[in-house]
Amino acid sequence: MGAGQSANGSAGWDPAEIAAIAVRLKNQPGALMPVLHAVQERLGYIPADAVSIIAHTLNLSRAEVHGVISFYHDFRTEPPGRTIIRVCRAESCQAMGATALAEHIRRRLGLDFGATSLGGEFTLGAVYCLGNCACSPAIMVGDDIYGRVTPNRFDEIIVQLGKK
Amino acid sequence: MDALVYVPRDASAISLGADTVAGAIAAAAARCGRPVKIVRNGSRGMYSHEPMVEAVTPSGRVAYGPVSTADVGALFEADFLNGGAHRLRLGVAENIPWLKSQTRLTFSRVGVIDPASPDDYIAHEGHRGLDRALTMAPDEIVAELTKSELRGRGGAGFPAGIKWKTALDARADQKYIVCNADEGDSGTFSDRMIMEGDPFALIEGMTIAALAVGATRGYIYLRSEYPHARRTLATALAAAHAKGWLGAKISGSRNAFDIELRIGAGAYICGEETAMLESIEGKRGMVRYKPPIPAVEGLFGKPTIVNNVITLATVPVIFDRGAESYAATGTGKSRGTLPFQIAGNAKRPGLVEAPLGITIREIVDGYGGGTASDRPIRAVQVGGPLGAYFPASMLDTLLDYESMAAHGGILGHGGIVVFDDTVNMAQMARYAMEFCAIESCGKCTPCRIGSVRGTEVIDDIIARRRSTENLSLLRDLCDTMKLGSLCQLGGLVPLPVLSGLKYFPDDFGLTAADVEFIGPDLAINTAGAAKSDAIAG
Repeated sequence: MGAGQSANGSAGWDPAEIAAIAVRLKNQPGALMPVLHAVQERLGYIPADAVSIIAHTLNLSRAEVHGVISFYHDFRTEPPGRTIIRVCRAESCQAMGATALAEHIRRRLGLDFGATSLGGEFTLGAVYCLGNCACSPAIMVGDDIYGRVTPNRFDEIIVQLGKK
Repeated sequence: MDALVYVPRDASAISLGADTVAGAIAAAAARCGRPVKIVRNGSRGMYSHEPMVEAVTPSGRVAYGPVSTADVGALFEADFLNGGAHRLRLGVAENIPWLKSQTRLTFSRVGVIDPASPDDYIAHEGHRGLDRALTMAPDEIVAELTKSELRGRGGAGFPAGIKWKTALDARADQKYIVCNADEGDSGTFSDRMIMEGDPFALIEGMTIAALAVGATRGYIYLRSEYPHARRTLATALAAAHAKGWLGAKISGSRNAFDIELRIGAGAYICGEETAMLESIEGKRGMVRYKPPIPAVEGLFGKPTIVNNVITLATVPVIFDRGAESYAATGTGKSRGTLPFQIAGNAKRPGLVEAPLGITIREIVDGYGGGTASDRPIRAVQVGGPLGAYFPASMLDTLLDYESMAAHGGILGHGGIVVFDDTVNMAQMARYAMEFCAIESCGKCTPCRIGSVRGTEVIDDIIARRRSTENLSLLRDLCDTMKLGSLCQLGGLVPLPVLSGLKYFPDDFGLTAADVEFIGPDLAINTAGAAKSDAIAG
């Protein structure tokens, strides 16, 4: 099948680029995870139309590729916001007020967990442990990690982000 | 000569501002024309004082902490580069009692060396274990590990020597070493600290494992939530290649070994070894049936050693100092040390490496200093999200594999999460089931459906809806999950639930008599269950 390429141009990504990523990585054993990571790193998500390109290149069925994408929490099938904010909701952070912090963040951003703001500014995600349990509660903003986050400190982080 | 300053690159230290502190020190040094070399070390694990900055002086590395950017100017004025007096001065780092009293074997170099420097690694007793292993035959290496009585530090506590022996005895054209770096348990961060603070120890441990069983390829399966560890590992792997420690002829021997870094994608279940193998193979992280065990038929169907980061990073010190020396610490069948991690509501959270057999109280009160909120400790959860909750009255329980099992708990990966008296244990029990529902791979019914029903049933109990019937249902559900689940996700999630019920029945609107069906070891007394069913019927 032709990978539905005609529809892709408008989505702002190039099918040839996806194919090139898959070709570059396909010879390593168990290539699918590295390919999906590379595609998401490039585009921020894995478009539905990329599935058949990846499947074709790796000689897998589309169902196999879709099954892997849908299994892992990290893989997204929609474009995320410009900044991804992940809030740890696991036990250690709960012991230090993460539930109240999560509520504050939801209200501050006007977003539920898993949602992206309409203007594409933020995506809010839950995460179960960032390994920052000695400095709970913890959040991650992009690749930057923050510990001992209070509602006030969160607001400061967001203000600083706006200045960047 | 340049003044030498250490500022941690550890992710938790960075989460408290270590990067900006390093930047401020560099800027202040430039302003006053004082040449300063900043080394980014790992963390010593005393997170109450991170970012902890150390200045190299003739009398040792003098520590200051917790340092914020606002303190940097005053530190220069106090001549901290020469160990000058300042209110943040903690003295020579190695002599700080919190650190000095620990037994650091696995963590001897973490926070001390530059994790990106193979030369620093060599200068601090690195590579000596491998040098010795290179003179030994594979069965001698396995025998030495067996003699150390090292048990898997990921949580299962399986004797590492037996696993290695099984893989050694398996005949195959290809074998693998897989490092489980999918440290997903809340309250644990020791794997992360090793990878960020002493990555060459992990590489060396994996290489010794490869020599032992005749493996030529290794994988480190790292969780995606650890971008800092990823960068440090990538740097260390490249440096190890450049040094000839990995590649076609490791350290000048005739053995080939290479390690590839693979990144997970946010699935807790991939910390289960067979789900991890599926994930490396490019599949959904679904748990496999056992047997066959991975040591016989693992990655791509080949014999595979799967060990946790701490297990593998402990191998070099065992070979350097000898198995007897390692086995001389610890208690009973739990030999050696464990890097305990104090997390949650603790005044002095962090990493404490101590011999197995220390009490919970020594860790959470002695090192942890009680709660950060200055309220009484009400509960501690030992061993991650699948570990039991213990009440304050049980803090004298020993932290070793056998004692934990006798009290219905698990040691897990050595994480201890502290809760003060504001915790609602019914909510924590509910969360345990909810977490299991979110992270279940879905292969077996007890875990997939049981965790969803468990959440609903606990909700009903919390809402006081038909508590007696629902409690009976929850008891049966926990029994089914414990006995019928394919792996320990569904199999152990009854522990936090049943321990919550047993020790904190008030939080569920229940009495101690209501939960008598739970034995002291958290096993369900089914004889009692039959009786109460008969009464209910």
